[in-house]
Amino acid sequence: MLLLIQYTLIFASVLLLVALGGCFSEHSGVINIGLEGIMVFGALGGALMMKYLPADAPAAVIILLSIGAAMLVGIIYSLLLAVAAINFKADQTLVGTAMNLLGVAAATVFVKAINTAENPNNVSSTIQYINAKKAFLVNIGGFEFNWFMALAVALLLLSWVLLYKTRFGLRLQACGEHPQAADSVGINVYKMRYAGVMLSGLLGGVGGLVYITAGVSEWKFENGVAGFGFLALAVMIFGQWKPFRIALAALLFGLFRALSNVYTGFDFLASLNLPSTVYNMLPYIISLIVLALTSQKSAAPKAEGIPYDKGSR
Amino acid sequence: MEKKRASLLRNPGVQTLLSSLLCILLGLVIGYIALLIINPAGAWGAITAIVKNFWNYGRTNLQLRYLGNTLVKTAPLLMCSLSVLFAYKVGLFNIGAAGQYVAGAGAALYFALALKMPWWVCMIAAILAGAVLGCISGALKSFCNVNEVISCIMLNWIALYTVNSLLNPVKNPTSPYTMGLTSVNPEAVMPSLGIEKLFTNNRYTTLAIPLAIVIAVLIWVLLSKTKLGYELKATGLNKHAAKYAGMREKTNIILTMAIAGGLAGLGAAMMYLTGFEEWSVTQSSVPAMGFNGIAAAFLGGLHPIGAIFSSFFIQHITNGGGYVDMTMYSSDISDFISSMIIYLCGFVLFFRQFMSSRLARRDEARKGGKQ
Repeated sequence: MLLLIQYTLIFASVLLLVALGGCFSEHSGVINIGLEGIMVFGALGGALMMKYLPADAPAAVIILLSIGAAMLVGIIYSLLLAVAAINFKADQTLVGTAMNLLGVAAATVFVKAINTAENPNNVSSTIQYINAKKAFLVNIGGFEFNWFMALAVALLLLSWVLLYKTRFGLRLQACGEHPQAADSVGINVYKMRYAGVMLSGLLGGVGGLVYITAGVSEWKFENGVAGFGFLALAVMIFGQWKPFRIALAALLFGLFRALSNVYTGFDFLASLNLPSTVYNMLPYIISLIVLALTSQKSAAPKAEGIPYDKGSR
Repeated sequence: MEKKRASLLRNPGVQTLLSSLLCILLGLVIGYIALLIINPAGAWGAITAIVKNFWNYGRTNLQLRYLGNTLVKTAPLLMCSLSVLFAYKVGLFNIGAAGQYVAGAGAALYFALALKMPWWVCMIAAILAGAVLGCISGALKSFCNVNEVISCIMLNWIALYTVNSLLNPVKNPTSPYTMGLTSVNPEAVMPSLGIEKLFTNNRYTTLAIPLAIVIAVLIWVLLSKTKLGYELKATGLNKHAAKYAGMREKTNIILTMAIAGGLAGLGAAMMYLTGFEEWSVTQSSVPAMGFNGIAAAFLGGLHPIGAIFSSFFIQHITNGGGYVDMTMYSSDISDFISSMIIYLCGFVLFFRQFMSSRLARRDEARKGGKQ
């Protein structure tokens, strides 16, 4: 049971962080389908930092530097979307999809190149970080507390304050609802949209790092992040683009994802004798059902997905 | 003469072609830079190996044989790209081609290996499986307002896990792959109709290759010459206007996704009913074919005939990735190049606008000079 809670919380943290990222981007008016690719790159940045930091570095240094690396790489990668969608008015769905494919392909090429350079016989795309990962874990009576859970909660509160209680957040939302009106009162729509996309890069990058450290201590970058970026988008829609509702939705989805890791530990679930693939599919099936039930009255930002053109009415 | 060249540049078809070529060129240059960063010594050799693909072999009969291998995988890729572009013409982004392809593969192989059906029954089963999956996304979109991109991604994973467990009973006892088609049920292999003779007896080149081209032409006819195609495109442009004009916009959306799904499913049949590859029941990621279909669709300027050439090109460099020096680089570099090309396709609209505005400015300058 403790294990289920632990996995639920860690997967919910991933979904919460990435969904908040999507939330910032969409409130500024840019649909970020590329979250999956951003997660891969954030994970890559964090994993490399953990790999190259000396093993005897203090835990706090490891935590701060790897989170920082994931955030930074996530932001840089998200600029690919920002430039294409904001300056060049590209199709946001197409660019996002390309970023997802590019994320996995580029990370694989990069990691394989590093591995082969270290050892010519090693052609895998796996990075190991067993020792560094221990820095994130604090054992409290059998429950493995992960600093990422605290980080997720902190960023949730911070996001809520930023989105609803600051001038910046309100302006950001104005750009997603009615950019022309925002522009007419002197808000620079392009700058705000850049800010929204870069915030989603920051949060998506950390989310990726949390995901690859969630259950394992090495990651094969060929596999990407298994659709988690899209699950996060479903969480965001289910949460109606509002941070606290997103947090609740993330807990629900996290629970179903965690079940596939630990269902064998529950007698009544094990006695059902369902094949493990059913549990693997569960988060995706639940999200389809949830989306079908909740998408009818959507609170999506009105101008999302539409490139802002100063000249148009 | 000068005037004729200018009007040629103004032709949208020519502009699209030029933009696509620019995307390819930039994609290759960026790929080359990536190779240089990894290891400058072999970069030029690697990029030429990718572009050469089957020309890496010296003898003509070997070249033909490996050209055949590229074509075997071009046919399914063309189907996936037609699936994506057909949906896109109706305003839907069918990222689910990958999952529909998986469903088609599952149906084709199950009918072939477990039920021992002849190839055409397997093919129809694959089309139907893909179409059903497409229908689900279409219905969710039109009745529940679910964004098709998200529902498609969820269905991709659901399809993958379902097919893995569906095909588990017909897998080889000693490996994670499904049993060989030729040994278990030769009836299920698509007929070659003598096409293999053209490719130095490459027995994987079958009816699938000409069939794929015929279907590309049929899709072009359907989209641009029929009432149904007109209605579908009108629905894509503005579904409220289409409804006002008396079209059944909900049915149209579902029908579109069904056709798109059927195309991707057929693609899977063209792949797995040749016996060229087996399905691995332990695979944990959705096959790249459907996603490469997105690349091919956009690179081909969203035109069915363009898709024939772009599918061949994407498959050509994907296969070419297998010829890079493995001691220095990984074959994934070609995935990197093709995903870079998709990203650059996002800028096509900008390229075209840039070209048009330059032409307009030049005209204006010339007019000013005459007065």
